[in-house]
Amino acid sequence: MAKSDLKIDIRTSPYIRKAPTVAQIMRNVVYALLPLVAYSVYHFGISALALILVTTFACMATEHFFCWMSHKKPTILDGSAAVTGLLLSMTLPPGFPLWMGVIAGFVAIAMGKTLFGGLGYNLFNPALVGRAFIQAAFPVSITTWTPAFAVDRFVEFIPSTLALPFMKPLPTADWSAQVAIDGFTGATPLALMKFQGIITDSYDLFIGTVAGSTGEASTLLILLCGAYLVYRKMLDWRIPVAVIIGTSLTAELFYFIDPSKYPSPAFMLLSGGLMFAAVFMASDMVASPVTPLGIFVFGCLVGFLTVIIRLFGGLTEAVMYAILFANAATPIIETYTQPRIYGARDKVKDKK
Amino acid sequence: MNLFKLFGKKSFPHGIHPDEYKAETNAKVTRRLPFAPEMIVPLAQSIGKPAKAIVFRGQHVSRGEVIAEADGFMSVPIHAPVTGTVKEIDIAATAKGGKQPAIIISTSLSSGQRVHDLGEPQDYLAMSREEIVKAVQNTGIVGLGGAAFPTHVKMAIPPDRSIHTVLVNGCECEPFLTTDHRVMLEKIDNLILGIKIAMRCVDAPKAIIGIEDNKLNVLTAIEPYLPDDGSITIEAVETKYPQGAEKMLALSLLGIEIPSAGLPSEVGLAVFNVATLAELGALLPQHRGLVERIITITGDGVKKPGNYLAPIGTPVRFLLEFAEFIGDEAELILGGPMMGMPTRSLDVPITKGTGALLVLDKRATKQDDILPCIKCTQCLQACPINLNPSELGQLAAKRQYDVMEEQYHLNDCFECGCCSYVCPSNIPLVQYFRIAKTLNRERHLENS
Repeated sequence: MAKSDLKIDIRTSPYIRKAPTVAQIMRNVVYALLPLVAYSVYHFGISALALILVTTFACMATEHFFCWMSHKKPTILDGSAAVTGLLLSMTLPPGFPLWMGVIAGFVAIAMGKTLFGGLGYNLFNPALVGRAFIQAAFPVSITTWTPAFAVDRFVEFIPSTLALPFMKPLPTADWSAQVAIDGFTGATPLALMKFQGIITDSYDLFIGTVAGSTGEASTLLILLCGAYLVYRKMLDWRIPVAVIIGTSLTAELFYFIDPSKYPSPAFMLLSGGLMFAAVFMASDMVASPVTPLGIFVFGCLVGFLTVIIRLFGGLTEAVMYAILFANAATPIIETYTQPRIYGARDKVKDKK
Repeated sequence: MNLFKLFGKKSFPHGIHPDEYKAETNAKVTRRLPFAPEMIVPLAQSIGKPAKAIVFRGQHVSRGEVIAEADGFMSVPIHAPVTGTVKEIDIAATAKGGKQPAIIISTSLSSGQRVHDLGEPQDYLAMSREEIVKAVQNTGIVGLGGAAFPTHVKMAIPPDRSIHTVLVNGCECEPFLTTDHRVMLEKIDNLILGIKIAMRCVDAPKAIIGIEDNKLNVLTAIEPYLPDDGSITIEAVETKYPQGAEKMLALSLLGIEIPSAGLPSEVGLAVFNVATLAELGALLPQHRGLVERIITITGDGVKKPGNYLAPIGTPVRFLLEFAEFIGDEAELILGGPMMGMPTRSLDVPITKGTGALLVLDKRATKQDDILPCIKCTQCLQACPINLNPSELGQLAAKRQYDVMEEQYHLNDCFECGCCSYVCPSNIPLVQYFRIAKTLNRERHLENS
């Protein structure tokens, strides 16, 4: 006879499940970002490393602080704050003052995430909220680029990195001129395109030997890291693909109208933060649509807006605002793109 | 959907690939269980009206005799699973949690348990369609795949509809379950006869047996038995959950969608489970009633997993004892792990719709904390009906059950559980949907 003191658990079906946990997904995104971190440290030296560490730590500390303050269960271990911090630091210039990085991290988590109710409720990609804030607050620092491969990059900080809190960072122009191997202009390929009409070679862009933010340099590496996440089914490949389609089509249109005035689609795709944003930023699960058609519309919208802002706006870097705008449009995109269900009948017959 | 056929395998979009756990039992020949000393036979074992008891306490009944008769067309009679004495007609625990009227029979140990015929043998070829429907109802057969929908109701096709294909569902997509697999290997004669009866009754020119490609030995076993005129064929589809849902099978095999809230007959289909038709082929010609069924007893909580021919009304306690239950903490599930019914009482009997008793070690199925939805879209990519479980789940959390029904097609959900299976945030999505549907039903009843 079965024992009478048998403990029977009761739940409703399904009784089995197999899914990565949220923490596992976030951890894998961190793993996927690590090669980019390594490359940017190799590229820019200890300044980049310090910036990445400080910004990420600021994000995690902010997350923990707010959990503690609101008597919630600590959510720091789900890893989402670390992801936000890494993503944020990747979009900053390598010589960005560390204290500003702390502010960026705090704003990203506090205003981008906690304010909305934490993970799963944020309307915008938190990392981009942080970056948008400092773009407005520190317009000079965020557009001050320093050369890569400085000889002493592993022993010496970029002068602006160690600026004291609330103090103006040291100018880096002299330092840049001194360490640059061959006449560094300090301008990113996008700025060169916009203000001087110089188009950087696509191969250099692809490999990543140009000036830019810490993480956005090498398109090749970004694609490889993204491919890893897609393989692990932790990144929705449809979003980067849609962004690329949207960007190419819009850029192609203008290139077709006047090739001498507008840059080619390849340049648009490979320059600036577009690839990084397409793979890691636009694909932020929470702030992007869930419906299949909606995902496509969202991606194309990001691509379209990026090109428009780059060509006609006052900013050199546009993809951040494009994504934030598309994030804001996500609920309405979802409303109009609900999937057609199996066996759906015509609308006319549908009403009882 | 033809896109899927391009890749060689017939299938449907979305769905999941759970671990199968079928190797434990799929090669085990069905064995007859001994008769339990006491049988609990609930009067409500199928969808529709419960049967009406026609026996009294102390009455002697023989195995196969009608002990409760059908109450109208949406109801089936119930036959005595053993020869014995009616001990009581009382309320008894059911898997659903509540108590329901049941006939309790003490098994007679001295009887040879010979099956009682209800009448002379019947030849289905000599019967009209209406007569076949009536004869099917008299066998007491309901959908043995788990839905327990009265089979004769499915066979009574409205005169304005014509059926072009009978789909014979042998997918058995639920993990752990192997009863349909065994039926298709051991009862081929009965199965083919049952298919022919169904085809004649619904006036269909052809039938397709659909199996998942994890049961390819069925293909070779059945092929020699198929009639030469090609009216019955067998096809393999991709092994994927929930392939065995009739909506999915219709799409995989024929590329036909069964309309929302509609019946398969609307698009010229009649779908039956293989075990149902095999029983029909066995019982109808002999003029007998349904007294037993094959169930799979499996899971890491039993020492002797296998396929057993069990009299309907056998208590779970008896099954556990027979299959040698191990451990002291368990989760008992009547049916498969994706859609089965949990039970907490050992005195619950197996009924006509019970295909398995699954005994899972409780510790292996521990539930983690529920986290907020991160909109990863995994559930949208798993839902075979193409619903938006993510949005539905958030609406359920806000208790907007009416919006779920009106704007997000809640009632098209057939509760396969794929969404809950894939959710990284552990959100019990399908569980929420069940609650929402129940509350909506109550609300509609109040309003009407």
